[in-house]
This record gives sequence, structure tokens and C-alpha cells, in this order.
Amino acid sequence: MVTAFSLSKGLTTLSGLLLLSFGSLAASQIEDQAEQFFRSGHTNNWAVLVCTSRFWFNYRHVANTLSVYRSVKRLGIPDSHIVLMLADDMACNPRNPKPATVFSHKNMELNVYGDDVEVDYRSYEVTVENFLRVLTGRIPPSTPRSKRLLSDDRSNILIYMTGHGGNGFLKFQDSEEITNIELADAFEQMWQKRRYNELLFIIDTCQGASMYERFYSPNIMALASSQVGEDSLSHQPDPAIGVHLMDRYTFYVLEFLEEINPASQTNMNDLFQVCPRSLCVSTPGHRTDLFQRDPKNVLITDFFGSVRKVEITTETISLQPDLEIMESRDKKDWMDEELMEPLKYAEQLPVAQIIHQVYLISENFHLNHCSTC
Amino acid sequence: MVLPRSLLAQGDHVLVCVIFLLFFQDTMSYIGPERTAVVRGFTHREAFNIVGRRVIQVAQAMSLTEDVLAAALADHLPEDKWSSDKRRPLKSSLGYEITFSLLNPDPKSHDVHWDIEGAVRRYVQPFLSALSAAGNFSVDSQILYYTVLGVNPRFDPASSSYYLAAHSLPHVINPVESRLGSSAASLYPVLNFLLYVPELAHSPLYIQDKDGAPVATNAFHSPRWGGIMVYNVDSKAYNASELPVRVEVDMVRVMEVFLAQLRLLFGIAQPQMPLKSLFSGPKSEGLTTWELDRLLWARSVENVATATTTLTSLAQLLGKISNIVIKDDVASEVYRAVAAVQKAAEELASGRLASAFIASQAAVTSSERAFFDPSLLHLLYFPDDQKFVISSL
Repeated sequence: MVTAFSLSKGLTTLSGLLLLSFGSLAASQIEDQAEQFFRSGHTNNWAVLVCTSRFWFNYRHVANTLSVYRSVKRLGIPDSHIVLMLADDMACNPRNPKPATVFSHKNMELNVYGDDVEVDYRSYEVTVENFLRVLTGRIPPSTPRSKRLLSDDRSNILIYMTGHGGNGFLKFQDSEEITNIELADAFEQMWQKRRYNELLFIIDTCQGASMYERFYSPNIMALASSQVGEDSLSHQPDPAIGVHLMDRYTFYVLEFLEEINPASQTNMNDLFQVCPRSLCVSTPGHRTDLFQRDPKNVLITDFFGSVRKVEITTETISLQPDLEIMESRDKKDWMDEELMEPLKYAEQLPVAQIIHQVYLISENFHLNHCSTC
Repeated sequence: MVLPRSLLAQGDHVLVCVIFLLFFQDTMSYIGPERTAVVRGFTHREAFNIVGRRVIQVAQAMSLTEDVLAAALADHLPEDKWSSDKRRPLKSSLGYEITFSLLNPDPKSHDVHWDIEGAVRRYVQPFLSALSAAGNFSVDSQILYYTVLGVNPRFDPASSSYYLAAHSLPHVINPVESRLGSSAASLYPVLNFLLYVPELAHSPLYIQDKDGAPVATNAFHSPRWGGIMVYNVDSKAYNASELPVRVEVDMVRVMEVFLAQLRLLFGIAQPQMPLKSLFSGPKSEGLTTWELDRLLWARSVENVATATTTLTSLAQLLGKISNIVIKDDVASEVYRAVAAVQKAAEELASGRLASAFIASQAAVTSSERAFFDPSLLHLLYFPDDQKFVISSL
């Protein structure tokens, strides 16, 4: 009895092990497929970074935008895929005690103006009209390539806007405004023409959440620095420069981004946690209902970086002059089973007999039917 | 077996399948490079059925099938993230710019010469002229010095060589791209083909696939961007002299890989050959006529779909924003686009591929011009949500 018991126990453990191994094999296969499924379908990345303010006391908005520009470039998006719109009147402003620099940290730790900033729309070119033209692609034919958003249906686009805003509008350079309805319509135009695969919209202004309330196109995720009715606050003044250097929300987003490298697996849920109320004073908000994938499967580098899809080249073609014959791989052919019997000549028709038969029949025919023969 | 040309009328795209008694070992069919195929016949009870199935398989391998159409219409169909084939091909465009770049990060050790002009003339131009029905191509080349790949290769003591693991390959392209100058080249989509000669300190350098085995071609490609091949200098060259060592690149080997990558990037996949068939590889141009037919079909279908959706969304836009004024030239572009779509559909139905493709390209150009006309920006007109009336009695 004891032996039988131990035998059956052995069998169950053995079958358990087998099942486990099969299960893990199947699980890893499913995991592989699931991983592919949740990965984004994009092949290139674009960024549109807009600072909508000008004048010296709005130094922090330019520093915000330049810091995001710096992170995005560091993570791999090339200048040719970034459309940077800045008033660009900070670095060489006569009131700047450190000319040709824009700092994002007090004690002048980090100069975000750098050596290789490429501003595409500067100074008075930053208008609502130009911004909408860039987004929708309705650009005059003479516009140079660097000023265009040449995205396609497989592009992930990051749009970052900062400046002074209110409930439902964003102020452009103290002279005009863009409303949230216009922005939503512009995004719908982009969707209609399939100018993006997925879009991440980040806004750092007062009452920023009002700007994404009206979006209705699919595949858009939005983040804002404050809710409707709240002001977004600036971070720290620098006594030497005399202005506030950055806004709180972007400052903490930047601290978060500095930890990301191109191979990071950090996802969007972590970005949503950045700058809680205790640090930011305002309440950051986000909107993901239009987005198809779950935010926890969306990598930060899907939008901020530019990770290419790459495939190994396994084939070559032959350039030799003589004809190369390629044989298809040897696999079992189901047709083989049908050809079980060996091939041989078909049974020959007894031709002589048939002719004789036909002759007899025709003779008969004549005798019976032909009266005038 | 050569069929007399007179049998095929001008402009017909006909697949000729000849059933023949071939005693060729185990082979059942042969697919040729010029829209002909030969299927082996035999005597058997079920001969006709089997041969019929065989013919269908061959025809499917050579002509347009559902998955080719699905790939062409990939952005208009519901998302299917499983197949990478559908994301790889370039979108249809009027023209393409192909750039060949030689990257030499270590000119102190390697004095690299490549006869790119000769190679382009001999190998690339025939391929591009075979493909010329699909668009205008322009080719240029450059040599870049002191440009390194963005990833540090690892050393493999077993083979005493350096390798790039498969998961680090996606990070190679970005640091290099800013040096390529591809954005200044033209408004057409650019395809970059890079030949990288690794530094002496990192030679020889191999690319490993997911399983850790070195890749035979030592090359990889990225959809809608281009390809990179690593060219290792023969170690025998170092024995003789002092540095820099003169390196003459073997253009045949390089072009074999680049042309294969170019085919893949255009969506000309290896055909699904039926079992036990011989396939005469593409001719010296690198492209068989029926592969070109398939490409033109797929592109025409894609263009017609794109033009149709563009015109539809333009109509929807006008429905939503009622106070946009359509100028006369925009209207005439729309009429032209509609006429071209209809013509393309008719020509496709009668099988005249070349004219169908040209009509479909004209349809796309006109519809894009109409949709992206700068005057259609609705900001220029007074949006309804910013109008209000103050009235008092």
C-alpha cells in the first residue's frame, strides 16, 4: 500500500512538473505575444515645444521649454524632429546678467540654453496661426523643412505648452489667445489626416486642465499642472538674475526625466505621480480616457525618447551574373500522401478495338438510316 | 522554355502557367522571373485536382493576395499590432531619396575607399530603374569621419571579437542620425544606408541576434528609415604595414545586403513559395516583374484609399466649420482628385497597372493639395464660439 501511495505521489509530482514546464512555456509564449501587443505601434517620434510668453519677467516659461527640449534631445529625438517655438528674448536680453545663458536651477547650476539649441519659430513668429499651421500641416509651400511637422500615421508626438493661461484659453505673447476648442479641433484635423499615432499633451499654465477638457480625438493622453480654478506656481527666484527660474510642475517633471535613459522601462503612471500637491501647491491632473493603451504599459520613452524598431537583416540577394536557382525549404508535402502509388503509364486505350467498334456502329447507322446511300 | 512574345498582347499582365512533364527529381514547379511559371504534370487518378491545386499555389505566390492588400491598407484597417510586416513598408510617395553613407570612426587606423559611384551605377541603378514606375528616385552618398555608433560594443572572450547585442541595436541609430544631414536633402522621404567600419580597438565587430548567434549579413534595418551594415576589415591586412591600413570595400557584398534591405523597406517580401518549387531568384536587377506588379497594385490601392479618406475628411471639416470659404483653385483640385480616383479604379479593374498607378498618384497629389491648402485654416475665419450678441431693448 505504501509503495503504491508513494508511486502515485511520484506520478502526480511528475505530471505536476510537466504541467508546470508546459505552463511556463505557454506562459512565456503568451507573455511574448502580450508584450508585442502592448507595445506602441510607432516608428518615429516628434516633439512640438511651445513657449507662449515673451518679456523678461516670463523667464521661467522659456526655461521650462528649454529644459524639456534638453531632455527630449538627450533621450534621442533629433533636432530635425523637434519644432521649438520660443520668443527667444531671454538669453540676449539686456537685463540678463549672464548673457547667452538661460538657467533652470538657482545658483546657476544648469544652463539649458547650451551650445546647440535650434529654435524653429522665434520671437514674433510664435503666433496662434503658426502654431495651428504647424499642427494641421496647412503651411505655405515655401516653408523650410525645419519648420514643418512632417509626422505620419506612425509618429508619436509630444506637445508641450507653457505660458499664461486661464479657464479655457492660453495667451500667446500678450496679444492673442488660443481656446481649448480650437486646440481640440486642430487635434481632430491631425487625426483625420492620420498625422499621429499617439499624442501626449503636457501643459504648464494656470488652470491648465481646462485646455484638455474638450479633446475628442482618439489616442490622446493629456497632463496639466493645475486644475480649473487653481494657479500654477513658480518655483524659485534667483537673487542674482532677479526672476523666477522655473515653474514647479516642470521643475519636478524635469527631475523625474533626468533619471530616465533611453533604455528605461518607466511608465506613464510614474509620470502622473510627479509633483504631488505638497510640492506643487496646485493639483496636477491628467486625462487618459481617449487613450487606447493602459498608461502602465506606456513607456516614458515612447514619447520623450526615440527608440527605433529594428530588425535583423537575414536575407541577401544575389548579384552574381548567372542565374541562381533558389530551392524552397524541404517540408513535408501533404500532396505526397495522395501519390502513394508509384507513377506509371496509364492503361493504354485499346485503340484498334475502338476503331473497329466505331466502324461497325457507323455501318449499322448507314444501313438503318440511310435510305439514299 | 521561352514563350514567343507575340503571344502576349501589349500591356497585358498575364501569368502564364505551363503544365509540363518534367522529370526533375522532386520538384513540382518552377517560378521564373518574368511572369511565367512551369508546373509539373503527371499521370494519376487525381492528376487534374492535384495539378490544379499546385497551379493555384503558384499563382498565389506570384500575384496579388489578401495579405498584400491588407498591408497596403494597414492604416485604414483596425489596428493589428501583431504583424511587423505591415509597419515596415514606406508609405507611398512621389519620390524617394536614397543616401549611402560610409562611417569611418577611426581614420588613423583605416584608410577606407569605396567605389560607390561604380557600385551605384552597376547594381543600384538597374534596381531603381526597374522600380522607376513606383516613383522618382535620387541617390547620393557621403563619407563621415569620426562618427561613432551610440552604443559601446561588448567583448566576447570566446571568439575574441566584439559584439552588439540585439537589444542594444535600437539605440544605435539616434546619435548617428543628426550627422547624416538627411533632413537637408529633400522633401521626399529619405532612406539611409550606412556602412560602418569599426575602429581598430573594436574590431572585429559582429551583430548578434536574439539567441546570441552572430548574424550572417552583419546588418540590421529599421522600418521607414534604412539599414546599417558593419564591415569588418580583414585581420590579414594589419600584418603588413603600419597604420593607417588601406581598405578597399568589397562593394558586391555590401550591395547585396543593401539591396535586400531596400527590397524589405519597400515591402517586397520574400515570396511565399509553394513547397518543392524552384524559384529562379530575381534577375540581376534584383526585382522580378511580378514583384513589381504586386508592388504597383498595392501602392495603387493604398493611394486610392488615402485619397478617398482625405477627400472625405475634407468634406467632414466643411460640414463642421460652416464659415470656411473654399477658393476656386481648391475646388478644382477636389474635382481633379475625384476624377483621378475614378480613373484609377477603372484602370485597376481592367488590369492596366501602369496607368492605374499614375492615376492614383495624381489623385493623392490633388487631394493632399486641396486638404492642406493654407487658406483652409479655420482660424482665419471668425469661429462661432467667439461671437456674441449684446442686445438691449
